[in-house]
Amino acid sequence: MWDQILQFLITGVTVGATYALVALGFAIIYNASDVVNFAQGEFVMIGAMTAIALSAGDGGLPLPLALIGAVLITIAVGILLQRFAIAPARGASVVTTIIITIGASIFLRGVALLVWGKDIFAMPHFSGEIPLHIGNATLLPQNLWVMGGAALLVMGVHYFFNHTIIGKAILACSCNRTAAHLVGINVGLMMLVAYGLSAFLGAMAGILVAPITFTSYDAGVMLGLKGFSAAILGGMGNPMGAVAGGLALGLIESLAAGLISSGYKDAIGFIILLLVLFIRPSGMFGKVSAERV
Amino acid sequence: MNIRKTMTALAVSTLMSLTAAQALAADTIKVGSFLAVTGGASFLGDTELKTLQMYVDEVNAKGGIDGMQVELIHYDTGGDSKKAVNFAKRLIKKDQVDVIVGGSTSGTSMAVIDEVESEGIPFISLAGSVKIVEPVKKWVFKVPHTDRMAAGKIFEDMKKRGISKVALISGDGGFGKSGRGETLALAPEYGIEIVADESYGAKDTDMTAQLTKIRDTDAQAVLNFGFGTGPAIVTKNVRQLGITIPLYQSHGVASKKYIELAGDSAEGVRLPAAALLVADKLADADPQKPVLVAYQTKYEAAHGAVSTFGGHAFDGLYIALEAIDRANSTDKAKVRDEIEKTTNFIGTGGIFNMSATDHLGLGLDAFKMLEIKNGDWTLVE
Amino acid sequence: MRRLAGFYILAAGVALLPVFFPDNYFITVVGVTAGIHVILAVSLNLLMGYAGQISLGHAAFFGIGAYTSAILSARYGWNPWLAMLTGLLLTGVIAYFIARPILRLKGHYLAMATLGFGIIINIVLVQNGQLTGGPDGLGDIPSLTIFGWEVDSDLHWYGVIGVAMLAVIWLSLNIIDSRSGRALRALHGSEVAAEMMGINTTTTKTGVFVLAALIASFAGSLFSHQQGFVSPGSFSFFFSIELVTMVVLGGMASTYGAVFGAIVLTFLPELLVVFEDYEVMIFGAILMLTMIFLPQGIFVGLRNLAYKLRKKNATPDSIAGKEQNRGTA
Repeated sequence: MWDQILQFLITGVTVGATYALVALGFAIIYNASDVVNFAQGEFVMIGAMTAIALSAGDGGLPLPLALIGAVLITIAVGILLQRFAIAPARGASVVTTIIITIGASIFLRGVALLVWGKDIFAMPHFSGEIPLHIGNATLLPQNLWVMGGAALLVMGVHYFFNHTIIGKAILACSCNRTAAHLVGINVGLMMLVAYGLSAFLGAMAGILVAPITFTSYDAGVMLGLKGFSAAILGGMGNPMGAVAGGLALGLIESLAAGLISSGYKDAIGFIILLLVLFIRPSGMFGKVSAERV
Repeated sequence: MNIRKTMTALAVSTLMSLTAAQALAADTIKVGSFLAVTGGASFLGDTELKTLQMYVDEVNAKGGIDGMQVELIHYDTGGDSKKAVNFAKRLIKKDQVDVIVGGSTSGTSMAVIDEVESEGIPFISLAGSVKIVEPVKKWVFKVPHTDRMAAGKIFEDMKKRGISKVALISGDGGFGKSGRGETLALAPEYGIEIVADESYGAKDTDMTAQLTKIRDTDAQAVLNFGFGTGPAIVTKNVRQLGITIPLYQSHGVASKKYIELAGDSAEGVRLPAAALLVADKLADADPQKPVLVAYQTKYEAAHGAVSTFGGHAFDGLYIALEAIDRANSTDKAKVRDEIEKTTNFIGTGGIFNMSATDHLGLGLDAFKMLEIKNGDWTLVE
Repeated sequence: MRRLAGFYILAAGVALLPVFFPDNYFITVVGVTAGIHVILAVSLNLLMGYAGQISLGHAAFFGIGAYTSAILSARYGWNPWLAMLTGLLLTGVIAYFIARPILRLKGHYLAMATLGFGIIINIVLVQNGQLTGGPDGLGDIPSLTIFGWEVDSDLHWYGVIGVAMLAVIWLSLNIIDSRSGRALRALHGSEVAAEMMGINTTTTKTGVFVLAALIASFAGSLFSHQQGFVSPGSFSFFFSIELVTMVVLGGMASTYGAVFGAIVLTFLPELLVVFEDYEVMIFGAILMLTMIFLPQGIFVGLRNLAYKLRKKNATPDSIAGKEQNRGTA
């Protein structure tokens, strides 16, 4: 029994770490620009697909170089998205920006479809596929890569927003755009940085999990949805809340699949999410907002 | 004067092109198709469409059927049954096709049955579920093996190996759900006990939780019904968890892609599949061999590794065209009758013998039991 | 009279089209689908455009109506009208009970909660195969019979859906102009302010939520009898998002905007099929570009532009103000 639970926890944390990175991307963009970026899942897909494409074949780059290239390309996509889709629509209503990002995600998926076709792709594991044993539970070296990579990235983001001048400047923009502008912060540039950072996190998530999960042009949809759920569960706009939400969602799904019913595990995840929102309307760690008249 | 001349010339040429168009319309056979070329089932629709296009071109290059050219009209459903219904209507009403060969998924095929039955147009489905032709519907046929046959073939093999307790894990898409239903229904007939019944979502990325539960049962084999990334992840997770009992997959993974994705973990996996996957390993006397090798050679020259799904499109197209050829017309009722009379048609899926009570016409022997060895398919005797 | 002028023009158009094109695929087949989408978009617009409550789970109510009709009439041989009524009742009860906790949420949290609700309903449809037919769907759903007249051709269905659609549009136009409609619009402006004005925001929000759900359920029942087949894929969260897109693309807070958006988004994919593999990309690009350049939606955006051209002096704000005063939708 306890061996089983340990296995469920390992699975839950691995899946949860992925959700956490996607959720973190949602939170950063939301914080910086009040936009819920439904194309976040597409960053994950683009990261994984470009990495595979760059390293494929005889003329392909060695894996580390391919990964760096993939990350850079995804960041470029994130910056282009901000510059040409989000920035021109400044001042549009929340729902309008949601539709713009949905349009962007469909567009990016369409481009991926043209470039890579509909095939499913696999990426080699970073450190082999020989399982490690903890008691009766097992995990792959790649699981450790996912967990460790996610932990490092989360700490990095935390440091960035609390201890660097650019990070603080982005936070200032999210608090009050005009005031930030008045104290000499280049608001437009900060937006680009925020979207680039978000795309970077998405690409990293995609690259870390691709060896385990495979990838295809439409792999971003479900991850985007789960990431958004995780960000909401944690409390939108609280980056560390998003991470906690991601881990929680991964664990809930894995435990529900193992202990209750695998057919209803996603339903159970959403029911718990709804219950949390009914009790705390701003998520686990979100700030309670007061409406201004 | 000049103007009048031009006008006359114009009128004449318009008239001529009109009659030409009419003559053309009478001289083409219109094959309609709706397939899931995008979306979750795109690995079915994509290869099916490529096959249809390839062979329609070939038929036309060889002079068509009875001197008539074949025209393929295709729409992409993305696997959505609502779109399938509308596209079926579009094919029937707007494009006025003579026969429909399509419906990659069981859901999209089931969705159009009402429409083709009431309009009276022959429809050859390319989807798996046994419910499409059972009970028999007047205008509906299908060519792929059914999920019930797959379950039967797997159980047969299990019994030979002395396996009586099986853990089932299935995807929650149409294919997995339907296969699960047939497996549960058929198990008692073979004296097999299903000791676990787990499922996973089509886009799930990790099935270790479900498989951990299965590991702790007394199952003697694991059976996975599903397609897409799911079965490949299940295969990898089974090895990761150190589960050593035999793993069976369904015909849903019958393409080289599966072996490529699952890698070493796929070694020893068994599955029922059409002979197409092992065309070169068949005995030379096998009547299917020439057909299979020809299809494989042609497809692989253009598009890469074959899967059995594209083969279904080949079977469906030729059953339809041969029926039109025999009927000597595109009259829908005559074509339907001729499709029903299909006998000894050697296709990629097997040798078809349809009848008024059997709109599929394949037996359990059309399936071969395969095992993956050294990254390739091998026949299990 | 003038207030409903647009409505009469629309009604005349709907009535005349099949006279000129009695057997045209785009009119009698895609037109029927468009009509159902219009009903759904108009109902969602009541909730989103007027009450300001976003819902990413509207397809769930559409699905509850469709499946109740399908299961009761196909599996148990009920009269389709009785099945439809049962569907409405069931939807009403479910909507009423989830309305209060869900509508306490705001903005993205509300979006998430409705999205989650929609997905849960969809999972229930997929997992309860013995009742719903599972992912492969449920067929053999009988057609409707109206006073002994069987609705059995595409043209008949065009008529039935056309009438239902016009009725829903008419209802929506009138609600907006009623006292409750003004309360709704006040809600959209500011909930706290509305409450100060003596509007019972909870009751009003719950009311409009239930109404929107009922209309969606009605559309679902019609859809199920018209198609003769239902499967969970038609009620997925993708379709919920498509509905929101219809409302926003046409222009929020405008009944005609929703009508316009629904029609455009139904026909666009039919026209884009010729692009095959490029279809997805082009669709995404059109969606993105439209919202960037006409953030208020195509219909409302172009209408405001027309106003602007006619009265060069008027500012957009005063136009918006005038429109609200006139109360046209």
